[in-house]
Amino acid sequence: MGDFLNDWGLSIPTFLPIIGAAVMLLIPKDREQLHKLIALATTVAVAVFGVLLLIQFIDNDDYGSLNFVVDKGWIDVIDSRYIMGVDGISLPLILLTMLIVPLCVIYSWNHFPEPRNPKAFLMLLLILETGMIGTFAAQDLILFFVFFEVVLLPMYFMIGVWGGENRRYAAIKFFLFTLFGSALMLVSFLALYFLADPVMVGGELARTFDMRLLPEAAAGIAKSSQVWVFGGMFLGFGIKVPMFPFHTWLPDAHTEAPTVGSVILAAVLLKLGTYGFVRIAIPILPEAAAEWAPFIGLLAVIGIIYGALGCLAQRDLKRLVAFSSVAHMGFVMLGIATLTDFGINAAVFGMVAHGLITGMLFFLAGSVKERYHTLDMSRLGGLLVQAPRMGWILGFCAMASLGLPGLAGFWGEFPAILASYNPAEVLAEETFRSYMVVAALGTVLAAGYLLWMLQKTAFGTPREEFANDASIRDATASEYLAWAPLLILILALGVYPQLLFGATDPAVVNSLNDCLDSVASGACFDAAAGR
Amino acid sequence: MLSSVPAIAGFVRPDIDWHAVAPELTLLGVGAVVTLVDIVLLERGRAYTSALTGIGLLVALIPIVTLAADGNTREMFGGAFVVDDFALILKAMFIVVAYVVVLLSTNYIAEGDYWENEYYGLLLSAVLGMVLMASARDLITMFVALELLSIPAYLLAAWRKGDPKSNEAGLKYYLMGVFASAIMLYGMSLLFGLAGDTRLAAISDAVSGGDSNPVVILGIIFVIVGFAFKVSGFPFHTWAPDTYEGAPTPVTAFLAVASKAAGFVALMQLVHAGFPGRDDVYQPLLWILAVGSMTAGNLIALRQENIVRLMAYSGVSQAGFMLAPLAVAGDIGGEALSAVITYVLIYAAMNLGVFAVIIAVARRTASGEISSYAGLFKYAPGMTILMSVFMFSLAGIPPLGGWFAKFAVFRAVVEADTGWGYSLAAIAAVNSVIALFYYARVARMMWFENAPEGADTTSLRVPPSLVAALGLTGAATLLFGIYPAVITHFTDGTLIALP
Repeated sequence: MGDFLNDWGLSIPTFLPIIGAAVMLLIPKDREQLHKLIALATTVAVAVFGVLLLIQFIDNDDYGSLNFVVDKGWIDVIDSRYIMGVDGISLPLILLTMLIVPLCVIYSWNHFPEPRNPKAFLMLLLILETGMIGTFAAQDLILFFVFFEVVLLPMYFMIGVWGGENRRYAAIKFFLFTLFGSALMLVSFLALYFLADPVMVGGELARTFDMRLLPEAAAGIAKSSQVWVFGGMFLGFGIKVPMFPFHTWLPDAHTEAPTVGSVILAAVLLKLGTYGFVRIAIPILPEAAAEWAPFIGLLAVIGIIYGALGCLAQRDLKRLVAFSSVAHMGFVMLGIATLTDFGINAAVFGMVAHGLITGMLFFLAGSVKERYHTLDMSRLGGLLVQAPRMGWILGFCAMASLGLPGLAGFWGEFPAILASYNPAEVLAEETFRSYMVVAALGTVLAAGYLLWMLQKTAFGTPREEFANDASIRDATASEYLAWAPLLILILALGVYPQLLFGATDPAVVNSLNDCLDSVASGACFDAAAGR
Repeated sequence: MLSSVPAIAGFVRPDIDWHAVAPELTLLGVGAVVTLVDIVLLERGRAYTSALTGIGLLVALIPIVTLAADGNTREMFGGAFVVDDFALILKAMFIVVAYVVVLLSTNYIAEGDYWENEYYGLLLSAVLGMVLMASARDLITMFVALELLSIPAYLLAAWRKGDPKSNEAGLKYYLMGVFASAIMLYGMSLLFGLAGDTRLAAISDAVSGGDSNPVVILGIIFVIVGFAFKVSGFPFHTWAPDTYEGAPTPVTAFLAVASKAAGFVALMQLVHAGFPGRDDVYQPLLWILAVGSMTAGNLIALRQENIVRLMAYSGVSQAGFMLAPLAVAGDIGGEALSAVITYVLIYAAMNLGVFAVIIAVARRTASGEISSYAGLFKYAPGMTILMSVFMFSLAGIPPLGGWFAKFAVFRAVVEADTGWGYSLAAIAAVNSVIALFYYARVARMMWFENAPEGADTTSLRVPPSLVAALGLTGAATLLFGIYPAVITHFTDGTLIALP
């Protein structure tokens, strides 16, 4: 079993969804039930693979380095190879993806958004899954880039075909913003390829896109070039995160996307950007990262405050959750910008927590919309009266989102703030301490808008127009089924965060140590600074 | 009067390597057979010509395969005609493209009540010109090849005689083409005057001194500008939209892919074998052409309402991408050719695919307006998926073929490691985002909009030859994107051996 997993453990779950989609392509569209079953079977099979990987991972007990590495030729002429592997940083994100997608299939089971067409909808969902798992597993820059882009098309169609009123605008805006960033990111990757020292591959010196070798190979690049190359990556990843001021696509995309699209967008797609910083930009170009960090930190805290203020100005529940994403991703980026293992651990935790919590909030928003046919908070109210269980779940998620200790959200925000008290040695302490103060203010605002949201929607009595609406019922079986795993995880990670930190910490320390070994003394940041 | 006889008697027939010219001779033979069938069988022959042409083209691939298996570089006529890897890849591409064009034409020409035998005869002679161009390493041979491919194309563009637009297309194409030829010939005469020889190798020796003799500079500029018309690079693209719109759609596909590729073949040979030492002259010129083409083509394409005109301007912009590696050829040498050929091959697959869809959809809607694609997803989902694949491939979205074409260009210009190269990379990156906007607009029409009231939305029937063309191009577009090694296997390495 172990051998099989080592060779195929990553490739099969990555490409299984595409195979499922291809099978669905051959089946006529009117056999809806069959389509749903195939999609569910495929995604559950992928999730089972995820569990097997996890068991094997625990068995290997080597979170710090890559497991299940596959290294095969792909495009020889550009020295790009098919390299896959997971370590403690990517493992939680891959598992999150493998969990969220089947839950989305279950949630959609009886409520496909107009114009229905489950075949096309589920096929897009499956293609998305391939792209997302592939991005987290790829260890070659070009392979990473290809997977990174694969998610664009399905999401574009998902928003554009199944979205709300303003879907055309939102879909193309999402697409153009991301593509702009990734085009410049590709140029950066190429510059890295040509500027880095050739490395030994298979017994001869060659240029490489191999993410495992580049930290060492790129150490020789002049600092001024490093700063430019980092800039291209910053745009590519920063737009995806999204960081202020590139965040404007996010509220539109979230508001217009169908529920499942919003959930995937929040839970996984945004993490592709932050993951890119943690996995690629910082380990490969540490010196440039140190130059950029104060600026990234500044944008991060602006994002925290701006997102929170944006939330307070919303009337639409879904848009509010979207703006809260901007704020939460600000905390994640602040953690990353400290360049300490403590901060980056917090960031990875924040990614997972945000994925669980915000994914849940979007599920809830979708269910509210389905019952009330509106998300205008001035018309909502009394959810606790009409659908008490859903109301309590909403309350639980709002508490988790505002960072209540004991729930997952806390462990993303609090350590990030703490880390900025004591950033890496090369960074100016005063700057980051002032960021810390601002970020702490952001948590107060977060409590403000989330409680206000809860008050508007869950408390009070139902409005007259909905008071006697029989279609407003409590959560259904498929909803419970889709939500339960997320709720359990939010609680479990909140009570026992070591579940996640135990996996991420060795990998984060390793990725920072790589740079410590390769960069001349003094230029690199101290991996233990945050301790 | 008799004094001239000894000179004639002293003429020795140059050695002819029959194997090396076998592809050209096969095409010539097929053309002759097609014409004979017309003369002998008259109307009864109409049914066979399309199939005959298709089979003939496939037969012409055989000598190319044997030549490739043989592997030797063959030279004839003192180096004016060369068969090397570069020539073979492109010959094979031209013939496959022509085969797909025949598939596209079969129903279109037969149902449109046009002259069939002449159509295929002219198509074959144009292909002959292209195949010859791939081997031409001499100004005269290049010029002959160019005219051999252009003159039939002028006629084909005006094939729909009853339609004034088609006449306009043919006339405009003809006038602009002749104008370009004249400029190019003038440039060639200047270069010949300097070198005293028409072969590129000799010209390379004569011009590479690095002196700023204005005759050299003018000669190089005029020759390049002449071919810039052919590849519809900005600002010499003005014929393209009108010609593309008026010409029969299969002919448009042929012009947009094969004819453009032939222009690039000539440019690659000139830049790499003709003026290798003079990037001080051609680099700024090609840089401006590349940046101008991609930017202007894109910006104008944003405003198009007709799908064929949209493809014309998209073609201008794509030409800019293909010109970009040539602009840095002085720094990276043969790598630039590899990038351009990679681009041309992938572009051929995806662009032919677009035209195949356009022809298939126009059979129903009889319209070229982009708005006529509204709601296509509802009644022709297969066609919609294919068109989306081709459109997003043109936009360069992985994992569709176009991404690797764009990647090859980015790689080439970044590899140059100069200001010219990096600026091209940045401008190309921005342009690839602008391009997405209009490609996605077509996709939006098909997927997001509803079919107009009263439109016929019964499912679309597509004739088998079009299905074959769609299958070929669609499969190639996907394969090139997922496993680009299929392409790089042929395009990597030294393709043109410099003497």
